[in-house]
Amino acid sequence: MTTLTSRNKTIALLCGISFLNLSLCAIAGEIKDADRTTTNQNRIEIKDFAFNPQTLTVKSGDKVTWVNRDEEPHTVVSVEKQFKKSTALDTDQTFTITAGAPGTYTYFCSVHPKMTGTIVVEK
Amino acid sequence: MSDYISHDHEHDGIDRRGFLHCMAWAGTGLLWTISGGVLASKTLAQIAKAGEPLPATDLSFLQISDSHIGFNKEANKDVTATFKIALDRINAMPTPPSFLIHTGDITQLSKPEEFDTFDEVLKSCRTKDVFYVPGEHDVLNDGGKLYRERYLKSVEGKGSGWYSFNKNGVHFIALVNVLDLQAGGLGQLGDEQLEWLEADVKDLGTSTPIVVFAHIPLWAVYPQWGWGTSDSERALGYLKRFGSVTVLNGHIHQVLQKVEGNVTFHTAMSTAFPQPAPGTAASPGPMKVPAEKLRSMLGLTSVQYKQGKTTLAVVDSNLS
Repeated sequence: MTTLTSRNKTIALLCGISFLNLSLCAIAGEIKDADRTTTNQNRIEIKDFAFNPQTLTVKSGDKVTWVNRDEEPHTVVSVEKQFKKSTALDTDQTFTITAGAPGTYTYFCSVHPKMTGTIVVEK
Repeated sequence: MSDYISHDHEHDGIDRRGFLHCMAWAGTGLLWTISGGVLASKTLAQIAKAGEPLPATDLSFLQISDSHIGFNKEANKDVTATFKIALDRINAMPTPPSFLIHTGDITQLSKPEEFDTFDEVLKSCRTKDVFYVPGEHDVLNDGGKLYRERYLKSVEGKGSGWYSFNKNGVHFIALVNVLDLQAGGLGQLGDEQLEWLEADVKDLGTSTPIVVFAHIPLWAVYPQWGWGTSDSERALGYLKRFGSVTVLNGHIHQVLQKVEGNVTFHTAMSTAFPQPAPGTAASPGPMKVPAEKLRSMLGLTSVQYKQGKTTLAVVDSNLS
């Protein structure tokens, strides 16, 4: 019982932390060269001027990573300015955000605005 | 490649033969390709092909586009070299152009060092006056600040960098359609620029020849690939009353032409890499071609204006 309580506290604490983090992380994207060892989970490939998958459903607090596989630079920009935009991603560069509050987030490439995508964040 | 032109070749016009290869008037398969004002250009190209010098004209200028300095991938691993070749061709012209226009995508990633390389290489060009418009690759991370600091020194840039000027009675309009693009949309001029344009041409006589240049085509080349400008119709509306309007664009790395009433639309080749014809590939990304073919798909555009003629002659030449 003690253990469980403790675990519950830990979970509660983690939730609290991640909740606080959400608002911060959602506006603090990170760009780096693609690390091929990371899991493909919540990964959006940019290929042939399209975001794949075009709609991605994640849990609040999950990290979402875009990787550019085109020879053309692309960006990731929230239509409603709900998260910080990426700078231009060159080939094989990645951009990561942490999913914020539940909801639907549409984004596009500001260089090629025909390219659009959606992230659905669930609780 | 055997016909590669080195820096030290004599600028005596010997390479004119290669230079004035007219690109085929592309656009086959596109319904709206009409021959109207193209005839004059074809005639000129044929003259040039036959080895005759270009006729003396009142004004000639050169369009270069999409140099993409910094690009280093498969399609062309040395875009600086092909840009140099384009400049060599300009230097070898028997009649030097009055000035150059660069229709955008100077760089690949808007990096200061890429702009530096471009500026350094451009110094070898004998024609010193260059007028610019930005491509989306030149304004990637700073909304075009660096671009404007460097390339609007000799003009009175308004807003995000549009301007106009007059040469030999021709009115030139440089438009910016690569900034503040909207999700799902195309190139865009925006209200402020359109209002400026309306005022800019208001007092001009209808016989004034107009040349408009912008990076993304000001006509719907292929909207599925973003090859068009959402509010270009409004811009063209302000130019409808003029007897001669020539619209020069880059962005699509290939020659396409369309004539609509008094308006001739024309896109130029890139000096860096070709892009596929509309709809012929999965995406408009760089087109990989055999090394020996590359230079036949890169090039520049020469424009001649002779007073009294309504249509400007537009001649494309490749770098092979």
